[in-house]
Amino acid sequence: MKKTIKLIDLDCAHCADKIQNAVQKINGVTSVSVNFLGQKMVLETPDDRFDAVLAEAKALIKKIEPDVTVKA
Amino acid sequence: MTRKQKHLLYRILTAAVLFALGRLLPLSEWAEMGVFLVCYAVIGWDIVWKAITNILSGQVFDENFLMTIATIGALILGEHSEGVAVMLFYQVGEWFQSYAVSKSRKSIAGLMDIRPDYANVERNGKLEQVDPEEVLVGDTIVVKPGERVPLDGKIIKGTSALDTSALTGESMPRDVGPGMDVISGCINQTGILTIQTTKEFGESTVSKILDLVENASDKKGKTENFITRFARYFTPAVVFAAIALAILPPLVTGQAFTIWIYRALTFLVISCPCALVISIPLSFFGGIGGASKLGVLVKGSNYLESLSHAETVVFDKTGTLTKGSFAVTEIDPVGMKDKELLELAAYAEDYSNHPISLSIKKAYGKKVDSNRITDVQEIAGHGVQAIIDGEVVLAGNAKLMEKDHIRYTPSNSVGTVVYLACNGSYSGCILIEDEIKADAPDAIKALKEIGVRKTVMLTGDADAVGQKVAKRLGLDQVYTELLPADKVDRVEELLQLKSEKGKLVFVGDGINDAPVLARADVGIAMGGLGSDAAIEAADVVLMTDEPSKIAAVIKIARKTIGIANQNIVFALGVKLLVLILGALGYANMWAAVFADVGVSIIAILNAIRAMRVKKFDSSVH
Repeated sequence: MKKTIKLIDLDCAHCADKIQNAVQKINGVTSVSVNFLGQKMVLETPDDRFDAVLAEAKALIKKIEPDVTVKA
Repeated sequence: MTRKQKHLLYRILTAAVLFALGRLLPLSEWAEMGVFLVCYAVIGWDIVWKAITNILSGQVFDENFLMTIATIGALILGEHSEGVAVMLFYQVGEWFQSYAVSKSRKSIAGLMDIRPDYANVERNGKLEQVDPEEVLVGDTIVVKPGERVPLDGKIIKGTSALDTSALTGESMPRDVGPGMDVISGCINQTGILTIQTTKEFGESTVSKILDLVENASDKKGKTENFITRFARYFTPAVVFAAIALAILPPLVTGQAFTIWIYRALTFLVISCPCALVISIPLSFFGGIGGASKLGVLVKGSNYLESLSHAETVVFDKTGTLTKGSFAVTEIDPVGMKDKELLELAAYAEDYSNHPISLSIKKAYGKKVDSNRITDVQEIAGHGVQAIIDGEVVLAGNAKLMEKDHIRYTPSNSVGTVVYLACNGSYSGCILIEDEIKADAPDAIKALKEIGVRKTVMLTGDADAVGQKVAKRLGLDQVYTELLPADKVDRVEELLQLKSEKGKLVFVGDGINDAPVLARADVGIAMGGLGSDAAIEAADVVLMTDEPSKIAAVIKIARKTIGIANQNIVFALGVKLLVLILGALGYANMWAAVFADVGVSIIAILNAIRAMRVKKFDSSVH
């Protein structure tokens, strides 16, 4: 399952890279790409793992960049 | 301005006033320190807070943490005004950066502002305004003047002029009428159009284009990857250098620790790689956005990089350099006028829908009165025989003339020749050729001018035809009578011949050239308006089918790469310079703040230049 997730108020390009690296390491992620200029993240996981991965990704993003609001 | 930006702006203004008061009022030392501390709290609380939470979650080399250490360090060393000012300017820089990025985000979005907001769909005889995504295939939609066509479809009723400039960069409106296909994203200018949809929104041209351009920045080029990797090492390296600078020199030279700690703190201010990390992708995104404004879709930054090194450009002939449609180019009558011969041919070919016949009828231009024609016979592989106004007319190839023992003069023109005879005597011939695109000669010339070393044409067509086209266009090399598989082999050969750094670009019409498009370093397809196969197979799509856009996109690519390189050299250069001056004690924290946020802002402004591409558009005179 592949889905685009909005990252509202993603203002720091360096953080975008950090987020991408961190989410990449979550167990079950097939591919992830954070687009700083588009303020979005395209996340791909197996269908049954998606919600779990997304929850974990949200927590990670909160930690890396507290200003960012994640909107699935 | 977003709410976040406004909020920060107020804090900056408050802090600036407090800072000025602290500097200007004749306060006692303690009172002055008090004012500065309040000022620091106003401007820097969120940075300090983020630093603490990030440390707790195990992120050490975080810019918030580094700024906190640097400014608090300065306060402890007794440099009160400097500590506060650095934080203040850091925030001013952050604000400016955020503002510039959201501005450029908006202008890039503006370049691609082709998304239709709604569709007027006819349901139960009434018009309803709905989201384009809710419209089904086969639904009837109505597009009023000034509205954007929301989905691809066929016109049932109405005529109008369509503005396709958002998709193609072409400023001439296209006239459309019933039975014609329209693609989404165009703006209806004059009449009301009733359209039956042929695709759902997700499959429509506008969605495909938006998807492609928006995701183009996911395919990162070498420069971008280098910078991302560089950024990961830059910050820790500078921080360790700062620690070494604070400890080692005082131990060796016996100088005061405070001098070296201050110098180390300036290092920390410089350590954020933001200028690079923001401006490089922004340059590429701007270049891609600018190209799309000219009707050229580039699928990734990596292709811009390759295009900038284009050395060999290989063209397919039909549909790329030529229109792929036939037209009458020469009329050679015997004993009658040009017009009469053309009329004769048009009547003889009236019943046929062969491309050759269509081109003759198009050249004739008038309506054929079918009452004058009786008894039409098609002679397979030869041509036709028809009775027109009671006279027996033959129209076809040389074989037809020979079969009926007509004494004709064989034409030595290159192309398709239609011979005509009337009542057994030869009346002349008509030459039909695939037309060369109007801008093709200029396209080849422009490529030569910008330094492309070799232009090559591949074609499955007859040798004489291919040679003629190649000569007229001034191509360096031509391979003719190729089967589709041969084209791949020829491209392989050309790939061997080019220099190591140079890139091979293949330009085809995208429908049957997929393997070659894939094999070349960069595959460029003629998109035609909305041809799916082309959009999928190629790395770059020319929406207007004009080969002259190739030189334009190569120029855009070079400009973009140039800007990206300028930014790398400038940002790294200034940072390095300030690091060296800082270590020697010549640069203070002010210079360090400039090297951080000042450089970011300048680099962003430079990156925005990549969006301006108007001057590369050869079709605007």
